[in-house]
Amino acid sequence: MSSVKAETIVEPFIIENESKAIFRVNRRVFVDEEIRQREIRHIFDTCWIYIGHESELPNPGDFLTRKVGGRELIFVRSKDNVVRSFFNTCPHRGAMVCREKHGNDKMFMCMYHAWSFDLAGKLISRPEGERYHADNSGGLHDLAPVANLDSYRGLYFVNFDPNAVDLNTYLAGAKEYIDLTIDQSEFGMEIVGGVQEYGFEANWKLLVENSCDGYHGGPTHATYFDYLMARPGQLSDPGTKVNLPRDLGNGHAVIEYGGPWGRPVAKPVDAWGEQGKVDCAELLAKLEARFDKEYAHRIAYHNFNMSIFPNLVINNIMAITFRTFYPEAANKQHVRAWALAPKEESEIMRERRLYNFLEFLGPGGLATPDDCEALKMCQKGYQNAAFAGWNDISKGMGENQQRNTDEEQMRVFWREWDRRMSGAAL
Amino acid sequence: MSEQAISSSLSIGRTELEDFLYEEAALLDKWQLVQWLTLFVEGAKYWVPPAGSADDVDPATTLFYIADDYFRLTERVKRLGKKTAHVEFPKSKLRHLVTNVRILGGNDDLFEATSNFVTYRSKSGATETYLGHHLYDLCVLDGEIKILKKTSIIDTDNINEQGKVSIII
Repeated sequence: MSSVKAETIVEPFIIENESKAIFRVNRRVFVDEEIRQREIRHIFDTCWIYIGHESELPNPGDFLTRKVGGRELIFVRSKDNVVRSFFNTCPHRGAMVCREKHGNDKMFMCMYHAWSFDLAGKLISRPEGERYHADNSGGLHDLAPVANLDSYRGLYFVNFDPNAVDLNTYLAGAKEYIDLTIDQSEFGMEIVGGVQEYGFEANWKLLVENSCDGYHGGPTHATYFDYLMARPGQLSDPGTKVNLPRDLGNGHAVIEYGGPWGRPVAKPVDAWGEQGKVDCAELLAKLEARFDKEYAHRIAYHNFNMSIFPNLVINNIMAITFRTFYPEAANKQHVRAWALAPKEESEIMRERRLYNFLEFLGPGGLATPDDCEALKMCQKGYQNAAFAGWNDISKGMGENQQRNTDEEQMRVFWREWDRRMSGAAL
Repeated sequence: MSEQAISSSLSIGRTELEDFLYEEAALLDKWQLVQWLTLFVEGAKYWVPPAGSADDVDPATTLFYIADDYFRLTERVKRLGKKTAHVEFPKSKLRHLVTNVRILGGNDDLFEATSNFVTYRSKSGATETYLGHHLYDLCVLDGEIKILKKTSIIDTDNINEQGKVSIII
């Protein structure tokens, strides 16, 4: 039994009544520190958590350090070309053995007593090693590896639970949308120049909701749409009428839709000039040569916002962003966001992509800061939770046709969150 | 002196540049962004690379926070004047401190300068601090200093505490 006293969490987290079209979320789940502790055990310590992309470790010896799922990890491509992940802590007294954000090296050496480890985590030397009994370590003198590390199409995930299901099973329907993202490139995708790291005072689950919320666009991002309309040629026909939220299984959900903005693969807008049309036609022709027409057009024209349970968001919109986040406290999250692009992308298309990315996304974008403000205001509002205690997530319930401006994609997340918080595994 | 030699000299010194930078800071403190924009030439650039970046960082290969061309900078200024720029409504209180002003070289057509900054942003009971340095490409046009490019580099490891760059730092 967990250390959480059963009597301290008595209310239901979620109330769902299909026939009455009721779906409510208890606001305590955003503010309660005991609930966050339970999330760490039941969600972050048992689910597959995104750690990084293969392009971040192109060469043997490449490593990076990253806090993932609340744990300080090393992510490394060892000399034998195998990608590994270790807890960044010395088996001797616990100091972090690697203090650089990234680099390329032959070994890790703990600064405290100079224990040294090869990139496969094996202890290779320590001062006065003869003073230790050779056989007493039972392997505990090597760096501790995470229980599971696996990848799908270049996306690496860790799982701290030795009994977890395999990654392939876990990702379920999300794989279709990872494929749509990675299939943009013939030669593989890459992370573009670094990471945006920022934090704000709102519970992490609010960012899950926000990242696939088609309902908030108009009011929250009015100034972004003002910007798009400020210059002729920044909008073009969406190229598709699809408008679809989908349950992808295991708590993953997506909204798929057409959008007015340019997509660097491969939907031009007039602002890109005649050359932009030529470039996009060329990219589309290449997609049509590699795939059937329907799939090629889906890659080119369809936007989607996907949340992979619990904390990876892939938004394939005017650019592609991967976004992960973690609750540093019930009311505080740290976010990491990357841009992803085809390796073979031309200089001009890469420029359009990054221009697109920054106009909407990230801490200096014309939209993301307003999202963060909205979520901060929610978090502040939840100080009233004792007297105004429930969020309504029922939009679209009971309707035959779900839209991406409805809230089914959020209900998918909440059902899985609730199920896991009760201690259930996949 | 030949005409060429005159045009390739720099007609202002550090004191004039300091006056200019203090005036810029005052406009930002007062949220007079439309006036602030007139300090830039048309076609100017405004960049904020990721926190902790080196001075030679390039938005063509690195994911910045802000890499505005003149059009988007103009739109950023318009946006920040609207109530619907939610993150800056109501307006945060700002105080821009500028120090360590140095002219690095050049002439009236193009000269480089740098300064250190601390910018405070206060809103909703919290005060955030941005510290770093500015890199300017400047020129002297009809006797007035104008900005060709401004790069503001935040010299902290990340912006976990500030969360955003919603103001002109």
